[in-house]
Amino acid sequence: MSLSATKFVHPITTPPTSRSSDKPLFSTFFGSNHTKLRFNKPIVAAQRRSSSAASTSFSPVVAVSSDVVKEKKLKSASNLLITKEEGLVLYEDMILGRFFEDMCAQMYYRGKMFGFVHLYNGQEAVSTGFIKLLKKEDYVVSTYRDHVHALSKGVPAREVMSELFGKATGCCRGQGGSMHMFSKEYNLLGGFAFIGEGIPVATGAAFSSKYRREVLKEPGADEVTLAFFGDGTCNNGQFYECLNMAALWKLPIVFVVENNLWAIGMSHLRATSDPQIWKKGPAFGMPGVHVDGMDVLKVREVAKEAIERARRGEGPTLVECETYRFRGHSLADPDELRDPAEKAHYAGRDPITAFKKYLFDNKLASEQELKAIDKKIDELLDDAVEFADESPLPPRSQLLENVFADPKGFGIGADGKYRCEDPKFTQGTAHV
Amino acid sequence: MLRAIRHKSIHPAFCAFRAFSSAAKEMTVRDALNSALDEEMSADPKVFLMGEEVGEYQGAYKITKGLLDKYGPERVLDTPITEAGFAGIGVGAAYYGLRPVVEFMTFNFSMQAIDHIINSAAKSYYMSAGQISVPIVFRGPNGAAAGVGAQHSQCYAAWFAACPGLKVLTPYSSEDARGLLKAAIRDPDPVVFLENELLYGELFPVSAEVLDSSFCLPIGKAKIEREGKDVTITAYSKMVGYALKAADILAKEGISAEVINLRSIRPLDRSTINASVRKTNRLVTVEESFPQHGVGAEICTSVVEESFGYLDAPVERIAGADVPMPYAANLERMAVPQVEDIVRAAKRTCHRSVPLAATA
Repeated sequence: MSLSATKFVHPITTPPTSRSSDKPLFSTFFGSNHTKLRFNKPIVAAQRRSSSAASTSFSPVVAVSSDVVKEKKLKSASNLLITKEEGLVLYEDMILGRFFEDMCAQMYYRGKMFGFVHLYNGQEAVSTGFIKLLKKEDYVVSTYRDHVHALSKGVPAREVMSELFGKATGCCRGQGGSMHMFSKEYNLLGGFAFIGEGIPVATGAAFSSKYRREVLKEPGADEVTLAFFGDGTCNNGQFYECLNMAALWKLPIVFVVENNLWAIGMSHLRATSDPQIWKKGPAFGMPGVHVDGMDVLKVREVAKEAIERARRGEGPTLVECETYRFRGHSLADPDELRDPAEKAHYAGRDPITAFKKYLFDNKLASEQELKAIDKKIDELLDDAVEFADESPLPPRSQLLENVFADPKGFGIGADGKYRCEDPKFTQGTAHV
Repeated sequence: MLRAIRHKSIHPAFCAFRAFSSAAKEMTVRDALNSALDEEMSADPKVFLMGEEVGEYQGAYKITKGLLDKYGPERVLDTPITEAGFAGIGVGAAYYGLRPVVEFMTFNFSMQAIDHIINSAAKSYYMSAGQISVPIVFRGPNGAAAGVGAQHSQCYAAWFAACPGLKVLTPYSSEDARGLLKAAIRDPDPVVFLENELLYGELFPVSAEVLDSSFCLPIGKAKIEREGKDVTITAYSKMVGYALKAADILAKEGISAEVINLRSIRPLDRSTINASVRKTNRLVTVEESFPQHGVGAEICTSVVEESFGYLDAPVERIAGADVPMPYAANLERMAVPQVEDIVRAAKRTCHRSVPLAATA
């Protein structure tokens, strides 16, 4: 594992059988024909090498970060990529993400949380590999699949769970919900339900760091922003618009693509003319890197360089993490389109199992140590659920709060009180 | 699809249907939409469907179920997640004679395509002085869903209805869904067709006439769902059901409410509304969206302009709370109109006292 950390991962693997083979064949008009497109266009390593070589030949921008990583390797006395302490931190964060989401599924089926709940199972190596390298001041912008990004960034499990329960003690007092986690304290900027929406917001956060450093002369303003989004988003215009501006203005941002190969029921290969997302970085004058998103150490290597590059003021990086979600798009998704062989293939590459093996093989942790972490997280989550369950519902007066930072003229009576506190408020919801 | 009709007792709220529904046939709104799409695609090869997950996934809400198998990927196109792109492509295709039906997974996502709906679709006929018409349908679920938070729970009826050049339809029942969708697809202008996710699974009685493939409803005509003499209640989409429930409760207390299902927000059927108000002399408007500059405000203006002298009480407007939709279930319930809000408002117009203890 350690030796291959700089290499590109294997191509998106073709499962041996195709679900579609027993379905009637349509003509290959546009993107709707799954049968031909999905499996005949594997992302071949050779292609990748040649194109990265091509891109380096006409531009100083490299498509891979391998040089930097190699350099670091030489300096290292040991060929271990992490210390024992780091390993345990990474393991704990991944376990927290996994167990938290499993608990969410349970609570959803028990009716404790509602609406759309999108779980992160399978993608933990990306959140952990990136976010655990950040400072508290650095920004994270997430999508509707945001619980685990929030946890990795440090938002307490109690607050995230309570938010999901719709309680007043949640990180957004029950106003945001599953898809809209925000935490000013931990610089988690959301929580966005629309595809592509988070990317400009993240780019704006990166812009603010640069502006504060260069215009407002705040020397400490060296925050880095991570924008997380999926493969489906990479077909959206906002992605391209922001790659351009981020590179143009050398903004301190890392665009992290969690390519889990599926946008709900739309295969990445059926939706995208050139499925190698990382290649779009060099097209805009920034490095594009493809990394095995099921391997936390590989992700971490790439993340480290990209984050440091951003902090040095050298501009943005596009990182494509090839990963997989172990559950449906949301808990409401019947998940009927993904090939069982494909699911089994990625289940066999579970990032937590793999990392455990790495820790054992390199004698970085014992079975007991990891069991103790599992137990600790179990207890933490039991506590979070209990806390959320016992927390109060948001009071009625909260309904009209937080619409404006300055609510004068809005829902405020002559006595300075919110009109909703007036007993007559309930006579009609329009009477606010 | 048309055979998927179940027999079930008719809810009292829908008794108005009995007049023309000899057999108790029922159909879900989902099947009504699906069958309307199916029939229009079958009747006109220029009709095609595009959107996210409309094909292989059979529609995020299964409205397009079976259509990919029947019409193939040339006419049922799965798009990448690019609303601005595919809505614009639909408009361009409509410029040159095709009849696209563009599905937004929810109308919240139409915000990413708003430029093409407003600037490309709605204005082209005018800008080109009638040379270029845009026969396109933008359809999908609109309005408050359940527990999905601020970005997935919003009614856009007033937004689109504020734009000249767009026709805005809001079906409630299966009859509405079939008749209005067929009308929208056949219409030469851009139509914004606002469905409601929470109604998809609801069964409504349907007559043989509604099930006929030639069935079509006129755009711009409201439907009186229930006749009454004391107060007019206007509503659209899901709120029609609430208004009918409120009318049931009011009837028990001796108040006869007339419920108007608007069906079309633009054009707005001012004559039906005003005729009703001139009869009942009282008006309650109900909508799920924000109160300010809303559908109720427009209806109220119309009544003040045309029937002011007939009003016996101030117009009551019931709308969603003037806040983004909260996630917490208790706040969410407070943020959208409830049946009891309509009952209370109707009673106020009729000068009946409302004991505070009865408030929820």
